[in-house]
Amino acid sequence: MTDLTKLTAVEIATGIKSGDFSAVAVTKAHLDRISRIDSKINAFLHVDTEGALSQAKLVDEKRDAGKALGDLAGVPVAVKDIFTQKGVPTTAGSKILEGWIPPYDSTVVSRMKQADMVLLGKVNMDEFAMGSSTENSGYGPTRNPWDLDRIPGGSSGGSSAAVAGFMSSLAVGTDTGGSIRQPAAVTGTVGVKPTYGGVSRYGMIALASSLDQAGPFARTVLDAALLHKVMGGHDHHDSTSISAPVPPIVEAAKSLDLKGMKIGVVKELSGEGYQAGVLSLFQDSVAILKDLGAQIVEVSCPSFEYALAAYYLIQPSECSSNLARFDGMRYGMRVAEGNAGVEEVMSATRAAGFGAEVKRRIMIGTYALSSGYYDAYYGSAQKVRTLIAQDYAKAFQKADVLISPTSPVTAFKIGEKTNDPMAMYLNDICTIPVNLAGIGGMSLPIGLDPADSLPVGLQVMSPVMQDDRMYRVGGALEAALLNHWGAPLLDRAQQL
Amino acid sequence: MTNLSFDDALTRFEPTLGLEVHVELNTATKVFCACPTSFGSEPNTNVCPVCLGLPGSLPTLNEKAVESIIRIGLALNCQIAPWSRMARKNYFYPDMPKDFQISQYDEPICFDGYLDVLVPDQDGSTTVRIGIERVHLEEDTGKLTHAGGSTGRIHGADYSLVDYNRAGIPLVEIVTKVIDGTKHAAPLVAKAYVSALRDLVRNLGVSDVRMEEGSLRCDANLSLKPIGSETLGTRTETKNVNSLRSVERAVRSEMVRQAAVLDSGQKVRQETRHFQESDGSTSPGRSKEQAEEYRYFPEPDLLPIAPDAAWVAKLKSELPEAPAAKRERLQAAWGISDFEMISVINSGGIDLVEKTIAAGCDQAAARKWWMGELSRIANELDQELESLSISPKQVAEVESLIQSGTLNDKLARVVIAAVINGEGSPAEIVANQNLAVVSDDTALLAAIDVAITQSPDVVAKIKEGKLQAAGAVIGAVMKATKGQADAAKVRQLLFERLGVSE
Ligand SMILES: [Zn+2]
Repeated sequence: MTDLTKLTAVEIATGIKSGDFSAVAVTKAHLDRISRIDSKINAFLHVDTEGALSQAKLVDEKRDAGKALGDLAGVPVAVKDIFTQKGVPTTAGSKILEGWIPPYDSTVVSRMKQADMVLLGKVNMDEFAMGSSTENSGYGPTRNPWDLDRIPGGSSGGSSAAVAGFMSSLAVGTDTGGSIRQPAAVTGTVGVKPTYGGVSRYGMIALASSLDQAGPFARTVLDAALLHKVMGGHDHHDSTSISAPVPPIVEAAKSLDLKGMKIGVVKELSGEGYQAGVLSLFQDSVAILKDLGAQIVEVSCPSFEYALAAYYLIQPSECSSNLARFDGMRYGMRVAEGNAGVEEVMSATRAAGFGAEVKRRIMIGTYALSSGYYDAYYGSAQKVRTLIAQDYAKAFQKADVLISPTSPVTAFKIGEKTNDPMAMYLNDICTIPVNLAGIGGMSLPIGLDPADSLPVGLQVMSPVMQDDRMYRVGGALEAALLNHWGAPLLDRAQQL
Repeated sequence: MTNLSFDDALTRFEPTLGLEVHVELNTATKVFCACPTSFGSEPNTNVCPVCLGLPGSLPTLNEKAVESIIRIGLALNCQIAPWSRMARKNYFYPDMPKDFQISQYDEPICFDGYLDVLVPDQDGSTTVRIGIERVHLEEDTGKLTHAGGSTGRIHGADYSLVDYNRAGIPLVEIVTKVIDGTKHAAPLVAKAYVSALRDLVRNLGVSDVRMEEGSLRCDANLSLKPIGSETLGTRTETKNVNSLRSVERAVRSEMVRQAAVLDSGQKVRQETRHFQESDGSTSPGRSKEQAEEYRYFPEPDLLPIAPDAAWVAKLKSELPEAPAAKRERLQAAWGISDFEMISVINSGGIDLVEKTIAAGCDQAAARKWWMGELSRIANELDQELESLSISPKQVAEVESLIQSGTLNDKLARVVIAAVINGEGSPAEIVANQNLAVVSDDTALLAAIDVAITQSPDVVAKIKEGKLQAAGAVIGAVMKATKGQADAAKVRQLLFERLGVSE
């Protein structure tokens, strides 16, 4: 009998539509696997067994009644615990929100429900999405299915681990500086950060409002495109959501045709600090893309040098304001001793509820926004942001898409970088410029580093609202690699 | 510390004023969500994830609020910024669900305008031009009620209750430029400005501007400097002055207080002060010696506000007549003196008088009712004229009942009191309470006949030609009809009945 957890999302949806198996059977297979292996991985913070099964039952009933089903009907999806889901606990990976049950659905969640998808539960993350390893979760680290001693990336580490570990066919994550693409890279999965404003942020607990973007995790480029399409499009609840329709990403993922396409290799995103295996696999992929008919050009983005510095001013600044509301007054944790007044309760709650990394960034942000420092820090960082956007604009005059490694390194060991924030921040050196400019970025697996047998990801970047371009490149490269490997890369991961 | 009188204070110091007025817009929904803005709902019922600041929620800007503030800005002769942004004002307080307020910082929607206000003086009135620094949009906070403790403030309270119905109501803040050179008139200028601003905003129809419900709130900044000095003194900010009368009293008492402090060689502390309605004084609040640190930055969840120039021009062309122009027009139409006009304006009843006239009432009568009996009642109830529960149409109706002879002046006052008391319309009250002037001859004749039988001696005297004796009989009839009869009519009918002629 087919192992339903090993199928792609397209195969699951097709099988349910044609009656080969039921949505309930698919859901049960995934719930079984979660209960069997997640004690080793710790991807799920909350498994919504009842909700998932009743949704699956509805899908089967709809099918039996001959009603139209969505492209991803009955396909299981894991939801990063940063999205509100009515009646389902939502913590953003923080103790400060432990026990909070949102009274409303985020737009991403409600669109997936409307598309007849089955929401399995909420998955782990770095607290309030601050981190690159999921070690900053208030609920313990998530482990990489490839090697349980290693990190699954972050902050959407629960999402990447759930998909790489075959506990869910798809997952949604959020990406503020690389939090979808880097976890995808280190787990051998596909992760996409759409153009800023391409997917509604309504109901997505904010880290840095001007950088945050929701996107899909999948095991194939086409699956990612299908989920992206379900999530995306204008939402009147989010002023920054783009009113134009989602670009033709599904068609692009299927196109497999790169003839005449100009692909730019970003000079600044390589060299020192990059693992040798990462660089050699990247060069192999460049060669494949050339074989597929693409024209390879080198582009230079000199302002990227300042991206990390600018990012670590803008992101903490916005975060210091966004996280102010967690004050113990209205929801979540409240620490109140004896006769404590309102200020004491607020500060005791925040002292107890937030982890070290969150506090670090709130303090940096509070400082950067203070009068007398604003111009030097937040103001300058915004200028760098403009320069980076200009670098991209120039580069996109020379090339249709840009490529780079997704992460300079493969998955590192749990605990290896926890005491060195700078080393941790450098994980996102390739992904951060994309968020600062608001363009689209995708990571797809391109092989295993021969030195450690761990997955390596390649990043494709496309201009604002031209997300179809990265799907076109990703789809074609994926097909060529699959042809070369003979089987999906994830088949080479350990059996759990 | 010596106490200086107001006049003494002005021999040594001159005041500098600055006024910040907050106006709640009357849009149907809140500024960043679709919740209703209705006043007086059960606490925490007009709320949603957005105005409760729940994790993940996002604001979206109410276009109607933008339109309203631009209209206010245009009416105040302001420039309208072609591009401006909302900003976050960060500070922790439990009445703010997000622990920041979405407001505006260095990019207000409207800036650099003025308002001409009429200030009464011994010669009638003077027009004073008040510069407008900025007009910006922000969200209101929730409403805290502190239980226990003696001050009604958060410090010392046993616990506090918060109602977020008000959180997210669109608020427009109108800030004046420095108002200098007003001397002894400063309290009157402050009052006249707030009154004129209230009329202007009401005239635009964008706010209920009810000071007693808090839909118009005033903070008064005041400092004193020695006469002739170029340097501004240290200012205080008196918060939430909630009636026109209080604006005047607050400025006056703060002038006297600061003068006494300065006169005794001490320094005025930079602080917020609370106005005490009971005795018109101000009491010290939070010190503002330290610069406030709000960590303003542009609100990343909202797009910049970039009103189309053609749309702004259209809004400008559609503005209603300005109150100053209206004042001139009405004064000419009514043919009244400056002094009479000022008293209409100061009563806050100019619109009420105009509407009463429009409803068919004579102008003198309309002014008489609003400036006289109705102002007296408003004072007694400690309400503004326009919040009295009697409409201009009803006042006109009362006046027409007088004109038709149904009511006399005394009965009209009874009817007005009853209307305000919610007993119905003037016509209903007259009918239900049998208040009309008795003009029915049958009823009067019956009363006269009773009086005749009760006073045979007097009747005999009248019949003998001693007509002055009739007073006693007429008095008895008036008494029997509870004053509703017309005395002249009674006299005429009595003589007819007795067959005598005058
Ligand atoms: Zn609301």
